[in-house]
Amino acid sequence: MAGAEILAAVLLVAVLVFAVVRPRGLPEAVVAVPAALLVLVTGGIGWDGALQETGQLLPVVGFLAAVLVLSELCARDGLFEWAGQFMGRRSRGQPQRLLVLVFAVAAVTTTVLSLDATVVLLTPVVFATAARVGVRPRPHVYACTHIANGGSLLLPVSNLTNLLAMSALGIGFVQFGLVMLLPWLAVLVVEYLAFRWYFAGDLRLAAGAGDGSADDVPLPRFSAAVLALTLAGFVVASFVHVEVAWVAAVGALVLAVRAVAVRQVRVREVAGALNLPFLAFVLALGIVVKAVVDNGLADLMRHIVPGDDSLLALLGWAALAAVLANLVNNLPAVLILLPLAVGGGVGPALAVLIGVNVGPNLTYVGSLATLLWRRIVHAHDHEAPLMEFTWLGLLATPVAIVAAVLALWGSVQLFGGAL
Amino acid sequence: MKVLVWIAEATWPACVDAVNDLFPDAEVTLLAALPGDLAEQASGARTGLWGRGSGRDPGVRVTEIAREATRQLLDAASQRLGRPATIVLREGRVEREVTAAAADAHILVLARDGDLSRLGPRSLDRHTRFVVDHAPCRVMLVWPGQAPGLASIPPPPPR
Repeated sequence: MAGAEILAAVLLVAVLVFAVVRPRGLPEAVVAVPAALLVLVTGGIGWDGALQETGQLLPVVGFLAAVLVLSELCARDGLFEWAGQFMGRRSRGQPQRLLVLVFAVAAVTTTVLSLDATVVLLTPVVFATAARVGVRPRPHVYACTHIANGGSLLLPVSNLTNLLAMSALGIGFVQFGLVMLLPWLAVLVVEYLAFRWYFAGDLRLAAGAGDGSADDVPLPRFSAAVLALTLAGFVVASFVHVEVAWVAAVGALVLAVRAVAVRQVRVREVAGALNLPFLAFVLALGIVVKAVVDNGLADLMRHIVPGDDSLLALLGWAALAAVLANLVNNLPAVLILLPLAVGGGVGPALAVLIGVNVGPNLTYVGSLATLLWRRIVHAHDHEAPLMEFTWLGLLATPVAIVAAVLALWGSVQLFGGAL
Repeated sequence: MKVLVWIAEATWPACVDAVNDLFPDAEVTLLAALPGDLAEQASGARTGLWGRGSGRDPGVRVTEIAREATRQLLDAASQRLGRPATIVLREGRVEREVTAAAADAHILVLARDGDLSRLGPRSLDRHTRFVVDHAPCRVMLVWPGQAPGLASIPPPPPR
């Protein structure tokens, strides 16, 4: 089977390189799906193994699809514009107040609608808000991108990696939130202090003459109510042992039916928000990674992964996860590390999540591989001073990870019995 | 006389007022510079998500909003100036763009934008410090609002 092992490893590298380079903007699935089929045909993974992996990933992928639709429809209904108006008014022209509000709104958005919503939908709104208030936008825009990663620890729905971990660990939605509450708060506090220090100059200048004449945006009550009910549904579902993906799907369906009925969106656009190519990519990547992990990578990794669930071991898991996430991306990193970490229990698996979720803040693009590629592509583009982004990441990320792991260790001691 | 006024968030009204007070007859250019790193930050974060997020690049949206907001800022400055002025919008590294634009001016007017609570070198932020240090023309530095008193200067070190 040596040939199949090597082929699986080569295919994984090809899948990852393609995902980073994205020639002509083609979807990642273009290489990942054929690679998964090739791994299957050449015996790198058995049909049983592939079916089992797909069976485990399908609810995760379904959940992700529903959340992508939910956040897109909330955006169409004006929920993010309303959030921008809320932040702008409450800031009263004070940049430091605005930063607190941006942290809060970005943390809530990430927690409820996942980091994708914060990055794609909230960041432009935050920029527009800062401009309207009349303060420097830099700290607030950077806060959005940092909290998208760092603030994605609290609920399974906050990050695709969390959904994978919840599924692998078999713990409920509420238990997950209970154990991750302290680590989530720890990251937010560390990031906030880092921002106050790093952007002290930008945050001192109060608005000169902001434009207070913006139109009044009413709270889109329907979307907000459906979102709140969906969240409550997650809690209830986890107690009655219903797959939470179904709750998300119902929430997304309700919003979609209304949005189509009031002609806010077309059916084709809802299907687009589902992002089927990416879902296929996740399934295919799962199969290729499993082939590589089962064919030797797991044995290799066992030499370097920590052996128990002591505080030191948790720090080791988180550091390893952060390094791996930075080398490739957090999605393959979590797929590789979870099967190993889950054997050690809840602590190690959640420490891996801290590493893969917070670690990408080290660079602003999620991984060194991507950063390297962007630098090559933009070699002649002097508009993006690299160090401007990187110092903040180098400063805040390691501290945030250590603080979160300490909090996780405390959480496991406190709530471990309830899991 | 050609006066170039650097219009930046929060501090621009003080610069425009200073020009109206001191150079009522000058030929005025209002300049704003858009930094490239904000769009790059948003766009980079999107890249980190791989294929998720509806395929839209928030960096593009941020650039659109930034251009629109900066145009509005320049319009507001133009209104406050109350007489015809040339409007210039540059994009790139802010400190370099402003310095380069100053090559055609007799006087560059800009505002202190650092720690405004005391007199001293920290009252200039990093980029403003670069512009002041490198400007190829005469420079006029404006205090936004009331300048702090002389008492804010620390006592001299003991001999």
